[in-house]
Amino acid sequence: MSDLNTQAVTRYKNNFLKEVEERVEDGHMVKMCMQCGVCAGSCPLGPHWEHSPQKIFMMIRAGKREDVLRSDSMWMCTSCYNCIVRCPRKLPITHIMHGLANYAHRLGLAPKGQPTREIAKLFWDNLVKTGRVNELKFSLAMYFKDGFGQGVKNAMAMQGVGLGLVKAGRLNPMEIIGGHKCKDQSGIQKMVAKAREIEDRRRGLA
Amino acid sequence: MAKKQYAFYPGCSSQSGASAANFVPSLELVNEKLGIQFNEIPDWNCCGASIGYGEGGELPRLVLNARNLALAEQHLPGQDMVSGCPACWLATRETAERLHEFDSLLAETNEALKEAGLNLKGTVKARHMVEVLIEDVGFDAMKAPVVKPLDTLKIAGYVGCQTNRPFGIAGESFENPQYLDKIIETIGAEPATKYEQKVTCCGGALAFSEPEKAQKQIRDIVESAYDQGADLIVTPCQLCQANVEIYQSEINKKHGTKLNLPVVYYSQLMTVAYGGSAKQAGLGGQLIRAEKLEKIAG
Repeated sequence: MSDLNTQAVTRYKNNFLKEVEERVEDGHMVKMCMQCGVCAGSCPLGPHWEHSPQKIFMMIRAGKREDVLRSDSMWMCTSCYNCIVRCPRKLPITHIMHGLANYAHRLGLAPKGQPTREIAKLFWDNLVKTGRVNELKFSLAMYFKDGFGQGVKNAMAMQGVGLGLVKAGRLNPMEIIGGHKCKDQSGIQKMVAKAREIEDRRRGLA
Repeated sequence: MAKKQYAFYPGCSSQSGASAANFVPSLELVNEKLGIQFNEIPDWNCCGASIGYGEGGELPRLVLNARNLALAEQHLPGQDMVSGCPACWLATRETAERLHEFDSLLAETNEALKEAGLNLKGTVKARHMVEVLIEDVGFDAMKAPVVKPLDTLKIAGYVGCQTNRPFGIAGESFENPQYLDKIIETIGAEPATKYEQKVTCCGGALAFSEPEKAQKQIRDIVESAYDQGADLIVTPCQLCQANVEIYQSEINKKHGTKLNLPVVYYSQLMTVAYGGSAKQAGLGGQLIRAEKLEKIAG
């Protein structure tokens, strides 16, 4: 992971804007920001962002590479798309934040233990395995991500909700031994691996 | 009259035994009364949902959705693809539009799809169930099958995020869309027109990773519905439904509140208004029982 980071630093020197433009989803739109601040004021989790999207766009142009990529700000995005529809310059802000988060994650710079980063990985690994999300295994993986003891504690705390869902037919304990899945699992896995390979090649991460 | 045919993409949460298991059953009577035929896309896969970006990046996410589009194109030619889940719809529509706009992305996508023996031309339109109701059926036709108007109920129409943004329903505003209130009116209930949390985010996937932050959102969403005198909340979104219903008890535990407001899908309301039973409406799937609705269903 750190190899990728070193390679990126060597390649782009102090031109973080160029790095973002070439390697981050919709990064080429960053310089369109006119610093009006509507995105910052529209985010439901706004107060929890160390740096608002508005600030992040300026920091990218100012070359604050480490401050941006090591920040947990982008991981506060709930994907509500409020910033996108309100941006007067029509920047795809949500996608850029997702792209920055993904890039920081791939370089190994995203904060360790950041909970949204962790569940995003658990979720993706879960869905790629069978082609469909296994909600029970995903929930258990989330509860137990910080070890067995904490997992039991988490599971106990959510026991009432879990039993309620089972009773309502919205959580199936049998999913643990199988559950819903696609028929062409190997095709899906190969397809996803190929897509990653192509994208890594294009972004210079291969 | 021949039924309107659609390629149906249920999505993971709508499968049996999953968190929105009662949604698809509640579409049955609605579709029957409105002349809609859903043909499930064979072997469909997950759309990647809203947090797929973290590990998945862009192309793997697009390719997942392209596979579903390719399967629909191949097996159900000429049919629009319909999802009842806003996250599924958003991801699929975004994919369809990006691949249409950028030839290079379509070429890369097809290179990856080949691994699963598929190819996408890009002819399928991705739509939300609400679009089908509003644009293909229309409010008058939606009203025709009503035999039990829900005229004793005041309902807060909670649209949430992803049915509304970034695409939304054509002709509606992002800040104050009217269609859900109109659906409520169409089936004889009173919409809480001054419900101010109509398009507030429930926290989405961050309800798992940042429970305190998401539960603050959820508390506002529920309390505002109470303030408007609503008997229940209705939503077009599976994750909104789950988050806003499931975490009320958690909020009560932490803050000593007494939140206990039922949260249902529009299709459940419609099923009851069309004379369906509580079972047909999937009301057994509520964590907070919708007793007033059950009573109308009889």
